[in-house]
Amino acid sequence: MDKIKFATVWLAGCSGCHMSFLDLDEWLIELAQFVEVVYSPVGCDLKHYPDNVDVCLVEGGIANEDNLELILQVRRQTKILISFGDCAVTANVPAMRNMLGGAEPVLKRAYLELGDTSPQLPYAPGIVPELLDRVLPVHEVVPVDIYMPGCPPPADRIRATIEPLLHGEMPAMVGRDMIKFG
Amino acid sequence: MSVKTLKINGVDIAIEEGATVLQAARQAGVPIPTLCHLDGVHDVGACRLCLVEVSGTRKLLPACVTEVAEGMEVQTNTPKLQEYRRMTVELLFSEGNHVCSVCVANGNCELQDVAIQVGMDHSRFTYRFPDRAVDISHPQFGIDHNRCILCTRCVRVCDEIEGAHVWDVAQRGAACYIVSGLNQPWGEVDACTSCGKCVDACPTGAIFRKGSTTGEKERDRAKLDFLVTAREKHEWTR
Repeated sequence: MDKIKFATVWLAGCSGCHMSFLDLDEWLIELAQFVEVVYSPVGCDLKHYPDNVDVCLVEGGIANEDNLELILQVRRQTKILISFGDCAVTANVPAMRNMLGGAEPVLKRAYLELGDTSPQLPYAPGIVPELLDRVLPVHEVVPVDIYMPGCPPPADRIRATIEPLLHGEMPAMVGRDMIKFG
Repeated sequence: MSVKTLKINGVDIAIEEGATVLQAARQAGVPIPTLCHLDGVHDVGACRLCLVEVSGTRKLLPACVTEVAEGMEVQTNTPKLQEYRRMTVELLFSEGNHVCSVCVANGNCELQDVAIQVGMDHSRFTYRFPDRAVDISHPQFGIDHNRCILCTRCVRVCDEIEGAHVWDVAQRGAACYIVSGLNQPWGEVDACTSCGKCVDACPTGAIFRKGSTTGEKERDRAKLDFLVTAREKHEWTR
């Protein structure tokens, strides 16, 4: 049997969902027998998101131009895209900057008003990605196939979501164990 | 007192005249999700979660403020109602700023619970991210309007059980918010007795005790039940 091409990406989130993924502990060894990890900040060292990915866990919302570019590429090159955790599903804590109304007031607040020494706005075109005006949940940018809420989703929920996919089935995202936010 | 007979989901039910469809359903053990309903205070039909279908009318009716009638046929869980309920919960989430992961009520929140109940795994409505205030001027309590769903339980519990009437609703539509006193900081409202009934009544983390952090909010809902029973049935022990 061909191995499932599996990826995880980390957008505007704290990496807590990826840490929870690592909490799968010994089941990761079992998972490794079914999947080939083709892109992941915690699972391999490849730098380019490849073509024909079967399953991708997306942690984080869309907060800057890098996030936007990567999520569009992920959607084009992935069969099943999973919104992985509350930041991907709701934009969550990163989106609390949306209440300030746009990128400019956020940058001014963080780098000028709260800057202790030599306050200045970051400016490094091509190196530091520009903020989008608002942080968006993934499904407001590209279509999403499975939503896995949680901050972070507990390891059991991650396993219960991925395991059916290994056998060609879709998981049932219902009940407190699967869709509780927070 | 006369009795009315009706059918809920095809099951015959008899209940006293003047009762609501919600009371009839509860008596028959039929679950209907609610958020603004609170035992012991009057119902207002604010949250629209308890909408039911009644034969003979095309409008969906809120079970909590619809009186039973002779021969009424009620459906409580049709696919249409399930879809509307999920939409209602999604609208509540997208209207305010509900960030479960950093909320005092995480794991102990009725809004979070109904989201699970109606099967909401994401919101299909765009989040508004409104600019809302937090008032921590009261020495013991705080109110975070970001988490408020305008159920008005605090308004009713303060007025009808405590008798202080500290709370009210100001403005209209999406601009509505809960005010204390004459739209003053909560800490400056002389009428507030600091009884904490609004904390116990609030279904979310909007009204909380100071010093409680993420997931630490506790409510003593039994205290409200006790007070209502004491008043209505003159049972003074808990």
